[in-house]
Amino acid sequence: MAQQKSLTQSNVSGWAFALPGFGLMVAFIILPFFFAIWFSLTNQRLISPNPPSFMGLSNYVDLLSIGTIVLEPERDATGAVIRDNAGDITYPRLRNFTRNNPDYPHLQGMREWFGWQTGPNDELRRVILAKDVVFMRALKNTFTFVIIVAPLQAGLALMLALLINQKLRGINVYRAIYFMPVVISIVVVAFLWRLIYDGNNGLLNNILGALSFGWFEPVDWLGQPSTALGSIIAMSIWQAVGFHMVIWLSGLQTISPTLYEAAELEGSSKWQTFRYVTWPGLRNTAVLILIVITMQAFGLFAQVDVMTNGGPLDSTQTIVFQAIERGYGKQDISGGSAISVILFLIVLSISMIQRYLTRERNT
Amino acid sequence: MADVVLKNIKKSFGNVDVIKGVDLDIKDGEFTVFVGPSGCGKSTLLRMIAGLEDISDGDMFIGDTRVNTVAPKDRGVAMVFQSYAIFPHMTVRENIGFGLTIAKTPKAEKDAKVAEAARILQMEHLLDRRPSQLSGGQRQRVAIGRAITRKPEVFLFDEPLSNLDAALRMDMRMEIGKLHQQLGATMIYVTHDQVEAMTLADKIVVLKDGAVMQAGAPMDLYHNPDNLFVAGFLGAPSMNFLIVDVIALTDDHAHVHSPVLGDITIATKGRQFTVGQQATLGLRPQHLSYVEATTAQLSGHVTLTERLGSETVINATLSDGTTLIAAIAEDQEFRVGAEIGLRFDTTKAHLFPELPTTTGAAH
Ligand SMILES: Nc1ncnc2c1ncn2[C@@H]1O[C@H](COP(=O)(O)OP(=O)(O)OP(=O)(O)O)[C@@H](O)[C@H]1O
Ligand SMILES: [Mg+2]
Repeated sequence: MAQQKSLTQSNVSGWAFALPGFGLMVAFIILPFFFAIWFSLTNQRLISPNPPSFMGLSNYVDLLSIGTIVLEPERDATGAVIRDNAGDITYPRLRNFTRNNPDYPHLQGMREWFGWQTGPNDELRRVILAKDVVFMRALKNTFTFVIIVAPLQAGLALMLALLINQKLRGINVYRAIYFMPVVISIVVVAFLWRLIYDGNNGLLNNILGALSFGWFEPVDWLGQPSTALGSIIAMSIWQAVGFHMVIWLSGLQTISPTLYEAAELEGSSKWQTFRYVTWPGLRNTAVLILIVITMQAFGLFAQVDVMTNGGPLDSTQTIVFQAIERGYGKQDISGGSAISVILFLIVLSISMIQRYLTRERNT
Repeated sequence: MADVVLKNIKKSFGNVDVIKGVDLDIKDGEFTVFVGPSGCGKSTLLRMIAGLEDISDGDMFIGDTRVNTVAPKDRGVAMVFQSYAIFPHMTVRENIGFGLTIAKTPKAEKDAKVAEAARILQMEHLLDRRPSQLSGGQRQRVAIGRAITRKPEVFLFDEPLSNLDAALRMDMRMEIGKLHQQLGATMIYVTHDQVEAMTLADKIVVLKDGAVMQAGAPMDLYHNPDNLFVAGFLGAPSMNFLIVDVIALTDDHAHVHSPVLGDITIATKGRQFTVGQQATLGLRPQHLSYVEATTAQLSGHVTLTERLGSETVINATLSDGTTLIAAIAEDQEFRVGAEIGLRFDTTKAHLFPELPTTTGAAH
């Protein structure tokens, strides 16, 4: 008894017990976090004979700089717009402005991201340029992914949870089926879906062909920019929906059955019961699920790595894919770190906004 | 106008029979209380009246309608649950008006009805609070308020006060009594509390193992219990039982004998006995009085005393080891171990042909 007491009261032995765990946490979570911030401010490379030097925010500037320019059409001597053989207006080449042009220092080294016609007769062309167009595409793709996946996956998972949350014989079989994709490694799942999406003999093309009696033309789902990201989105929603279904289920089971009985006695319809009893009871679960899905979605990597490698034409580039490609593919640890830090800030601010919007309002 | 009539109502869960043929006739405006030991089926019976449980067999009428297959909301019943079952995310106002919201009642009418219910329950000042900001008694009042706004023909209460502390329970008990007088509706009330049952009820229904043991006015049941179970269940402390031998019978009296009591004559009240059988003599503790040893019918020695001020409860052990409880209607000091003599009025004693089971509810 006395020994036990001295053990629990002694500071030294307390720290000694905590040390292994705490040390591992420091070594693998806390230190890398600060290393990433530090590297992102240097020109650190993965393997390099030269010591790194401090670069300030230049990595961030390189990643995030964007500029814009309005291009005048080229005109002939009479002032008429010159058109090419196809009848399209011709413009001066962008590189005239972005390569060592002393009048446009802020566009130095940038490339066209996207642009559109503007001005009278749509003769002018406004171009948005970015220093790192690939990273911009990665940002846009990742946000697209999050904005589509978060509500769809959460909604679908909730629907499944409501269906599963009934006292029916054999309902556990369904639970298991929906949860199965979650326990299979995402890499394996992605490989399988590459077969499903195959442009020639893929399962999806075959099914659509059969359902439309051969009318449907096979599509190379992952091979063309217009469908690649959508295909990855669909597969990702399918893969993790079971996981969120289980979280919704646990939320559903915290709602007292007498509340449902009280609602039933008042003659509440199914929809009214959902609106007045179920949904308010799921508030905290909903916040949790939204935050978890958002964070997972921002981390999109494995599917892209296995299925498309960021292609075609950068249409499936994502933030994490870029971070890893820079850091390890191009050995540019500082650039990769800067991307990680940007991702961290994005996720942090979105989570804080979500928490603020879904905060408990006490009146 | 709503009588509630149950004809041979039965309920089984799987192959477990929980309600085994209950016949009841509850008059319009009557306050009926279901009592019985835990697990005897009180809640089940109440929930069958509410429509929350299917009826396995038999007929149930509310008013003139057979309601076996009528949906809960169309039965004209409202129910108050032990756990309150009020919606935590709604204000008191929204909770009370919940049924009207469900029925899409116009706002003006809803406000008027909510205000009316709040006035009856004296909780106008609480209308904008949330349940988390209310005490237990106030929460239960909200639940009652929600029931009132439905203007039901029949109120159902399932142990509405058992989550409250003793003082509050007394207040709420009186309020429910007042409410009954005010509204004049039929009320069916499940409780474990004898005092609630005795004070509130026009009619008490004593249940045991899914069957009605006796139904009638509280004082009827108290003074003229039909059987040993009812005799032992009502009254506190519970009735004393002595095993006696029937030695002779006249038209309406029996001569009985017991080693500790000698011979006495007791009215049979229409019950059938045969000479030579064993029977049970029931004596209420309040009907035992303390006397000199010379005039005592029963004598033993004191093993425990409880002085309550208004009365003194004595446990006495007789010479054959039986324990008797006597409640003396005055404050008196008894020494543990002292000899004590007891007398009773034979007209107030009961004689039952059945014998107490050792595990019965008598003690
Ligand atoms: N859904 C159910 N499935 C199976 N058995 C049930 C179910 N509901 C109740 N029972 C059984 O029916 C019996 C009566 O239950 P009930 O809840 O009516 O008792 P009660 O008289 O209200 O008890 P208490 O005073 O403890 O509330 C119990 O034995 C219980 O185990
Ligand atoms: Mg009960």
